[in-house]
Amino acid sequence: MSKSKPQKLTAYGTISAPESVEDSVHSTQLLRDKHVPVLEIFWTFLIIGATSFGGGVVAYLRSYLVQRKEWLDEEQFFAALEISQALPGLNATNMAVIVGDRLRGPVGAIAGFLGMCIPGATLVFILGIVYASNAHNANINAALKGVGAASVGLLSAVTLQIGHKQMEHLLDISIVVITIYLVSFLKVSLVVVLLTVGPIAIFLYRPRPSQEIVAGNRGTDRRPAD
Amino acid sequence: MHQGSIFSVLGVFSLLSILAVGGGTAVLPEMKKEAVVDHQWMNQTEFRDAYSIGQIAPGPNMMMVILIGYKVAGIPGGLVAFGAFFFPCALIAWGTSRIWDHFERNPWRLSVQRGMAPMVVGLMIAGIIAIGRTAIIGFETIVLAVVVFAALYFGGKRANPALLILGGAIAGWVFMR
Repeated sequence: MSKSKPQKLTAYGTISAPESVEDSVHSTQLLRDKHVPVLEIFWTFLIIGATSFGGGVVAYLRSYLVQRKEWLDEEQFFAALEISQALPGLNATNMAVIVGDRLRGPVGAIAGFLGMCIPGATLVFILGIVYASNAHNANINAALKGVGAASVGLLSAVTLQIGHKQMEHLLDISIVVITIYLVSFLKVSLVVVLLTVGPIAIFLYRPRPSQEIVAGNRGTDRRPAD
Repeated sequence: MHQGSIFSVLGVFSLLSILAVGGGTAVLPEMKKEAVVDHQWMNQTEFRDAYSIGQIAPGPNMMMVILIGYKVAGIPGGLVAFGAFFFPCALIAWGTSRIWDHFERNPWRLSVQRGMAPMVVGLMIAGIIAIGRTAIIGFETIVLAVVVFAALYFGGKRANPALLILGGAIAGWVFMR
């Protein structure tokens, strides 16, 4: 058994791949054996969904699932996060579904998903109705203008923290720049970008004999150049 | 005003859901194009306001889809937009996590991760550009964005994102009326 190495976890979590979990099939079964009540899954994700402000949901998830509830250990957490990040959708809901499913099957997945979404969705509905009936209120418009500008700063900081690893190698930088150029300036549709840039990028990082050794060396997030 | 029907809300957000590789920010440019240009459900300012309201709410940060649906078709529209955007990807996550272990040893898994990571960063930056084009309007907004960026990027864990968003609302109310 190997202990997971400490991950660099910013306030927004990490995009770095965790080490592979050798006994994940086995450990998934162990999660079922914990017999966590469905209502507790719902309640826990409801609290996470109600308190994770400002896009820091991964840090909140880790705090609750690993530290307070001890449903997952670090490796299981990062294995679930790895799946969440590789798939479409938001980390928050993907994690709720995956962890809920591993704890209690489909019912647990639904409980986690609903718990995660209900607080934010309810608040947005209320705020939306208030906004719609005050669409020309100068105070509200000014406050939202401020939130929009602050959000741009927040998103930039989050993206740079997540993406700084992609800013070091020429191939990575090229993929980043080409993607931005296609989406933001040529206005190429997202489907086309995903279906062209995606496969090409994956092909450029295709498995090579030398890489497999690195991968087999438990350094899944290490590229050969490191 | 409301040219879109509830079915086009369903269609647009279901598609965005399965395209949301790299999370919500990555689909912002496409969402803006669909909502503002193609279907003309709302104007640029309303899109920015929807995004801002979504930022105020806790939990998954793309609750703004509810506001777009609400604009098109009231509360049913909001519910449809929510379900369409959040449910398909949740179903994919559920199904894939169950078969994921079979790919544990596949060397291509590493290639997928390595290749997708820079594309996702590119999509996220494109998302910031899409929001920035409507949210960065004038000197005050630039200053505010830079201050929040600096506080988060250099302040590390001491900087609370939620308080900075709240601070943005107050700064907007004081300086941008």
